Amino acid sequence: MNFDPRFSGRKFSSVGTRPLRPDGIDKVTGRARYGADFNMAGQLVGRVLRSPHAHAKILKIDTSKAEKLAGVKAVITAADLPDLTDGDAGMYDVLDNCMARGKALYDGHAVAAVAAVDASTARQALKLIEIEYEILPHVTDVDEAMKHTAPLINDAIFTEGLEEKPAKPSNVTKRSQFGHGDVHQGFGHADVIVERSFKTEQTHQGYIEPHACVANVNLDGTADLWVCTQGHFVYRQHCAQLLGLEASKLRVTSSEIGGGFGGKTHVWAEPVALALSRKAGRPVKLVMTRDEVFRASGPTSATSIDVKIGARKDGTITAAEATLRYSSGPYAGTWAEIGAMTAFACYKLDNVKTVGFEVLVNRPKTAAYRAPSAPMAAFAVESAVDELAKELGIDPVEFRIKNAAQEGTRSSYGPVYGPIGIGPTLEAAKHHPHMKAPLGKNQGRGMACGFWFNFGGQTCVDLNIGMDGSVSLAVGTVDVGGSRASLSLVAAEELGIDYAQLKAVVADTSSLGYNDMTDGSRGTFSSSMATISAARNAIKILRDRAAQTWDIPVDDVVWENGHAIAKGEKYGNLAALSLKEIAAKSGTTGGPIAGHSELVADGAGVSFATHICDIEVDPETGAARVIRYTVIQDAGKAVHPTYVEGQYQGGAAQGIGWALNEEYIYGKDGRLQNAGFLDYRIPVCSDLPMIDTQILEIPNPNHPYGVRGVGETSIVPPLAAIANAVSNAAGVRMTHIPMSPPRVLAAIEAERGG
Amino acid sequence: MVEVTLWGALGQLAGGQSKVEVEAKDIRELFRKLAEQYPGIEPWIEKGIAVAIDGTIYRDTWSKELPQGAEIFLLPRLAGG
Repeated sequence: MNFDPRFSGRKFSSVGTRPLRPDGIDKVTGRARYGADFNMAGQLVGRVLRSPHAHAKILKIDTSKAEKLAGVKAVITAADLPDLTDGDAGMYDVLDNCMARGKALYDGHAVAAVAAVDASTARQALKLIEIEYEILPHVTDVDEAMKHTAPLINDAIFTEGLEEKPAKPSNVTKRSQFGHGDVHQGFGHADVIVERSFKTEQTHQGYIEPHACVANVNLDGTADLWVCTQGHFVYRQHCAQLLGLEASKLRVTSSEIGGGFGGKTHVWAEPVALALSRKAGRPVKLVMTRDEVFRASGPTSATSIDVKIGARKDGTITAAEATLRYSSGPYAGTWAEIGAMTAFACYKLDNVKTVGFEVLVNRPKTAAYRAPSAPMAAFAVESAVDELAKELGIDPVEFRIKNAAQEGTRSSYGPVYGPIGIGPTLEAAKHHPHMKAPLGKNQGRGMACGFWFNFGGQTCVDLNIGMDGSVSLAVGTVDVGGSRASLSLVAAEELGIDYAQLKAVVADTSSLGYNDMTDGSRGTFSSSMATISAARNAIKILRDRAAQTWDIPVDDVVWENGHAIAKGEKYGNLAALSLKEIAAKSGTTGGPIAGHSELVADGAGVSFATHICDIEVDPETGAARVIRYTVIQDAGKAVHPTYVEGQYQGGAAQGIGWALNEEYIYGKDGRLQNAGFLDYRIPVCSDLPMIDTQILEIPNPNHPYGVRGVGETSIVPPLAAIANAVSNAAGVRMTHIPMSPPRVLAAIEAERGG
Repeated sequence: MVEVTLWGALGQLAGGQSKVEVEAKDIRELFRKLAEQYPGIEPWIEKGIAVAIDGTIYRDTWSKELPQGAEIFLLPRLAGG
C-alpha cells in the first residue's frame, strides 16, 4: 500500500462540520430507490415455498402441477442449484440455507420457488407444489440442544476444539477458549465472589426494509442483480460461486438500504432469484414478506451464559470467568467465540478465562447483528460487575474505573492494548450531569460499558473531477449510515474545496474494483482512507497540470486551500490557479483529471462506550419505561458528528428494544409464533426518550484523521445498562433478556415471596 | 526471530504450544513459515487469521512488518455486523 495511514494531527476545515445529508430529500419524499423500487421490462414475480416444519426430511417434491399452471414460467428446487462450493463448508451452508437440500432445518426454510407473471399466480403455484416430509424431532432451545438426549441436527458434527475428537456427534460444533493467568488462584484471593447465570432470547435486526432484489440472467451468461445489501461485491462473489457464473459478468448494483445491521451481509434469496431468471429466461423480482424476513433471515443468537467474578475488599478484581453458549441456527458459527473474546475486554484482569460453545438449533441461520455476540456477553458480565460493586459497597462507576483496561493492559482476548478509550468514557460518565440527576419513585439508574473490535478491509475509490470543477466520488462500500456525506467531507478537506462541489455515489460492481462489505464498522474508516489517498493522487495531477500551464517544474507547485500555488519569489506574479480553473483547461493539458485508490485499510482500532440509563418500573404490571438515556463513546474523529450521534442513538434504540421487548417465541411444534411487527415489538418513537450523546475523540493512530468505526459499539452496553437500571428500580436482579412486563412482574413477585 | 502467541485451537495444531518462535520479517513470511512448520495450521490461514502487532489488529495487510521485540498475537478472523 503506497499510502501512509498514520495519524497526522492536522487541523480541519470541512471534517467535523454538519452539512445537510445528501440523501435526505430523496428519502423523505419517497424518491430514493430501495430494493423493491426497481423494475425491468418483462419481469416476473418470484415467490418462495417454505417448510412449515422445524426439522424434517424432504422425501419427495412434485412440482408438475405448479409448472402446468398458466402464467408460471419457472419452478425451482435444490436440484436447480447444484453444489458448486468445492468443499467450502461455509458457502455450502449458505447454499443449503438458500434452498433446503434433503432436509428442512427450521420453520421457514426455503424448499422450492416459482416465477410467474404476477403475484397471484405465483402464490397459487406455491400451493400446487406437493412435498412429502418425514417429520423429525426438533430442538430450539440452546441449553436443551446441548444435552446428549437432544435430537441431532447434523450427525456429521463432532465438536471441534476439544483435546480429543469426541466419539459421538452432537449439536455443539465448536469449543473455544480465551484468557490468561490462573482463575482458580485468583478466586482464592477474592473477598467477595458473584456467580450468576443469564439468558438472552433470540432477536432480529429488525431492518425496516425486507430483503429484495431484481435478477436477470441472459443467455450469453451475463447477468444483472439489483439488490438491497450491505456488500454488493460480496453478493456478486457469493452468487457467482453458487450459480457457476463468472463474477465479472455479473453486475450487481446496490439499492438504498433500509437497514441491515449485519443481516444483509450474505445472500438469502438472491441466488434463488437468479436461478429462477436463468430458468425462465426473464427478469425476476423477489421481495420477502415480513413473515419471511422473520422466519428465514437475520436473527442473532439466543444465549445462555454463566459468569463468575471475584474481587478484594479494596475493589480490585482478582479473577473473572465465563462460559458462553450461543445458538447458531442449524449451521456452524463462531458466535460464542466472539462473545468469549469480547466478554471481559473492558477490564484489566490478571486472571481471566472464557469458554464458548457454538450450538446448533432448529432456528434460522444466525447472522451478524451490530457488534455480533458482544451485547449478550456484556449483559452477563456487566450485570455481575454491578452486583459485585454493590456487594463491596463501591460506586459502580468508580469500581469500573478502578478495574478498567488501559494502554499496556493485556486484553482478555490476548494482545496488549495500545491507546484505548474505556477510561475516558467512564470518567466522562462519572462527571456527566445524568449521573447526579434525582430519581423518582419506582425509578432506577444503571450504567454499563461495552467493547467492539472494528475492522477495515479491501477498499477502492474513484475521484473524478469534471470540467466545471465539480467532483464526483465513486465508492464501493454501501452507505448504511451516512458514509456518502462523510466521504464527501473527507474529499473536500483534502482538495480544499466546498462540500457542495462534491457528489458521492455507490458504484456498481462493474464500475469499481472489489470492496469488502460495509460491516465491522468499516464503511467510513476504510473508504475515508481510500478517499484521502484518491484525492491526494488527484492533487498530484492537478499540480502537474498547473505546472504545465505555467511552464514551470511541478516540484515548484504546491496545493493549498483548493489552489495550485507556484512556490518561490521568482513566481511572485503568478496568480494561484483554482481547481475549477485547472479543470476547465484539462482537455488541453492532458485530458480528464481523476484520482484512484485501492488499498487494504487495516488497524481499525478497538472501540469502547459507556451508557447510562434511567428506568421506571410499574410494580403492578412489570412494564419498564426508559426515562433518560445517555451514550458516551469514543469516535476517534467524528467526520460528520450528526451521523455519529445518529449511530450512537440507533444502537441504543435497538438495544432498548432487545432489552425490554424483542424475542423470538417458538411453540412446542418448533414454529415461530410472532413473525410480524405486531407481535414482535420493536421500540417506536413513543417508547423512547431523547437519547443524549457525548462524542469523545481519542485519535486512532492508524488513520490519517484518527477515525475509528462508530457503527456497532453503541449496541453493546444497552442490554446491561438497562438490566442494571431495571434491577435497581425493581429491587431484584434481572437475569433474563428481554425484561418484558411478565418477566419483570414474575421477578418482583418472586422477590416478594409471592 | 519473533515470538508468536497462538490462541487455543491454533496451539493444539502446533503440538500444544501456546507460543512459537518464527524467523519472519512480515505477516506473509510468518504465515508461510507457520504452514511449513505446522501443516495443520495452513487451512486456518486459508480461512483467515488476524494478527495483532503490539495490540493493533491486522487482517489483510500481509506485507506488514513484524518489528523485533513486538508482541505478535494470532486471533480468529471475526465477523462484523
